[in-house]
Amino acid sequence: MQELDKAGQGSIRVTRKSANVVVLEKDLATEQMVLAMGPQHPSTHGVLKLECLTDGEVVTEAEPYLGYLHRCFEKHCENVDYPGIVPYTDRMDYLAGMNSEFAFCVAVEKLLDIEIPRRVEFIRVLVAELNRIASHLVAIGTYAIDLGAFTPFLFCFRDREHILGLLEWASGARMLYNYIWVGGLAYDAPADFPKRVQEFVDYFKPKTRELFRLLTENEIFVKRTKGVGIMPADVAINYGWSGPMLRGSGVKWDLRRNDPYSIYPELDFDIPVPDGKFSEIGDSLSRHLVRALEMEESLKIIEQCLEKMPSSEGFDPRAAIPKRIRPKAGEVYGRAENPRGELGFYIMSDGKSTKPLRCKARSSCFVNLSAMKDLSRGQLIPDLVAIIGSIDIVLGEVDR
Amino acid sequence: MGNSLNAWSDWLTGFSPMGIPLGLVIIAAIPLVFIALYALTYGVYGERKISAFMQDRLGPMEVGYWGILQTLADILKLLQKEDIVPTLADKFLFVIGPGVLFVGSFLAFAVLPFSPAFIGANLNVGLFYAIGIVSIEVVGILAAGWGSNNKWSLYGAVRSVAQIVSYEIPAAIALLCGAMMAGTLDMQKITLLQSGPFGFAHFYLFQNPIAWLPFLIYFIASLAETNRAPFDIPEAESELVAGYFTEYTGMKFAVIFLAEYGSMFMVSAIISIVFLGGWNSPLPNIGGLELNAMTSGPWWGAFWIIMKGFFFIFVQMWLRWTLPRLRVDQLMYLCWKVLTPFAFVSFVLTAIWVIYVP
Repeated sequence: MQELDKAGQGSIRVTRKSANVVVLEKDLATEQMVLAMGPQHPSTHGVLKLECLTDGEVVTEAEPYLGYLHRCFEKHCENVDYPGIVPYTDRMDYLAGMNSEFAFCVAVEKLLDIEIPRRVEFIRVLVAELNRIASHLVAIGTYAIDLGAFTPFLFCFRDREHILGLLEWASGARMLYNYIWVGGLAYDAPADFPKRVQEFVDYFKPKTRELFRLLTENEIFVKRTKGVGIMPADVAINYGWSGPMLRGSGVKWDLRRNDPYSIYPELDFDIPVPDGKFSEIGDSLSRHLVRALEMEESLKIIEQCLEKMPSSEGFDPRAAIPKRIRPKAGEVYGRAENPRGELGFYIMSDGKSTKPLRCKARSSCFVNLSAMKDLSRGQLIPDLVAIIGSIDIVLGEVDR
Repeated sequence: MGNSLNAWSDWLTGFSPMGIPLGLVIIAAIPLVFIALYALTYGVYGERKISAFMQDRLGPMEVGYWGILQTLADILKLLQKEDIVPTLADKFLFVIGPGVLFVGSFLAFAVLPFSPAFIGANLNVGLFYAIGIVSIEVVGILAAGWGSNNKWSLYGAVRSVAQIVSYEIPAAIALLCGAMMAGTLDMQKITLLQSGPFGFAHFYLFQNPIAWLPFLIYFIASLAETNRAPFDIPEAESELVAGYFTEYTGMKFAVIFLAEYGSMFMVSAIISIVFLGGWNSPLPNIGGLELNAMTSGPWWGAFWIIMKGFFFIFVQMWLRWTLPRLRVDQLMYLCWKVLTPFAFVSFVLTAIWVIYVP
């Protein structure tokens, strides 16, 4: 928490005069127009709708409308038993299914208070970090496409394909895995899995540099994102931001360190935070930078997992899975660091049923998106696109 | 072969001074239409293949050998598409928009010397005409954007008009530097003045060190004039869905596409005519080996100018698949505060060079 206090003293800094200020100063205001951006718009990343009030190219107000992808996750949870919820969590953040499952299992295991075999933990962290890289690759790639660069997008998807292949090998599915179960795993990792993962790490390391040269250090890219959508650290904390969004504002807050779960305390990795030299702290470029650097940290974690992983001899991934999951009466809030921030599950059990009495998901994207109205005020339409892209929303998780 | 082409061209231009029969104009236009259509067909195919190779993909592979007939299949597909006119669109503007756009980019083809023996209309103010006629495109874009009755189309149209009108200034000044070196606005004469036994050494780009500046300025400005990346903000698909042609389907869409690729080829041809010798062979005569003489002539000329044009189209594609897109205000900044002053500087420097350096 010390780090949080130190960095949290941000104040609102305006470096570039926002467009609506210029419009007012120079008396350029014209008739305003309502512009519905979405739900079928290429850069709202799914079915988000922004109702913008525009004055020429300047967005004076933008109101996000959600719920087009609402699938009653929380109500479903009250009607299926605990292992049955796991596939539903996949469908929340469909780009990071492993991480969502992981978060849910962390919460239920906290409620059950059971011991997890070490190899299970290592495999969980391994697949979760692989999935984090895959998710960040989509975030970076689609961000590039939002700003008009096509090639980085396809480079990202090419590399993501390797990860999806690996995860498919382990779990049998490419996106909706149902691999991490409460108390264990669906299957043990395949025999050659560590070798193939190592091959991927060796392949991917130079690719992260390539991505830096192609996109992050591109002059036009920097011009488009630097100083756009600045979110000061204190405002970010008040909004409840988490994950790369909060770290982009300069707050060193990562649940893998600040509220450790699984085997993360044993692993050595950094939490990248922008230093304000390359980007302005809290702007879209910082958020992009954090994601780009986090991929390298995830690679570090993967390598350590491969090194330290106990052997598979006499290992049963389903050994610790309870026959029937019926937690004691009580409630728990378990959370994990998703690629998009803190994904938490608040679970209430009445002690009699195998189904939760209530299950509330604290979605990272939803909370991050809540600042959209503030961030978009007085921006140009291209900047609005840059800001939405930097928030990196997955509507599946926003609407649940 | 060369003689017959010459004779044909003479026969055509022989009628040109007064009262040309309409049929002859059409005959002269047919090869130009074919050039434009080929520029489209192979431009689109090339764009898809080049982008594919840049992105670790294969691109079209199914239709024909290496997908070479893909564009034809696409055209057939577009012909069959329903031609939708939105209910609330201004039907007149919506329909004439693509036509005006295409005519605007295609009219400039008339003054491009495609070979020593072939030029559609040998105007003595060809370069001026080419700069001016392209502005008709703006009308088409505005008609298409306004007529669609779609807010995104309108944004695209307004952006596009602002962009094209602004970038015409540095582009025109940069071309004037070339015209100043030649002392004429006649495209055929500009090309002729760059012929010589030493091939590329006679091109204005290599004759004059200052010419690099207008050359680069015109190239950048031409990217903006044809709405190519990184200046493709009028059709920025991530911001404006598809810009001014959001509502177009079927053949109208294809015509807009044709106009875009047509003007890509047009600006590439103009830059190669003014700065890189047009249909002149770049190969020099080395001693007894008369490479330049061997690779000159009407057919070779057509080959060289089309190759030079395709080279610049390739560079345009290369940039498109590498760079992100600028923002509207950054685009205007680049035009008014960077390119235009440098264009004026190069104009003055070229004038000094032309007067004082023989």
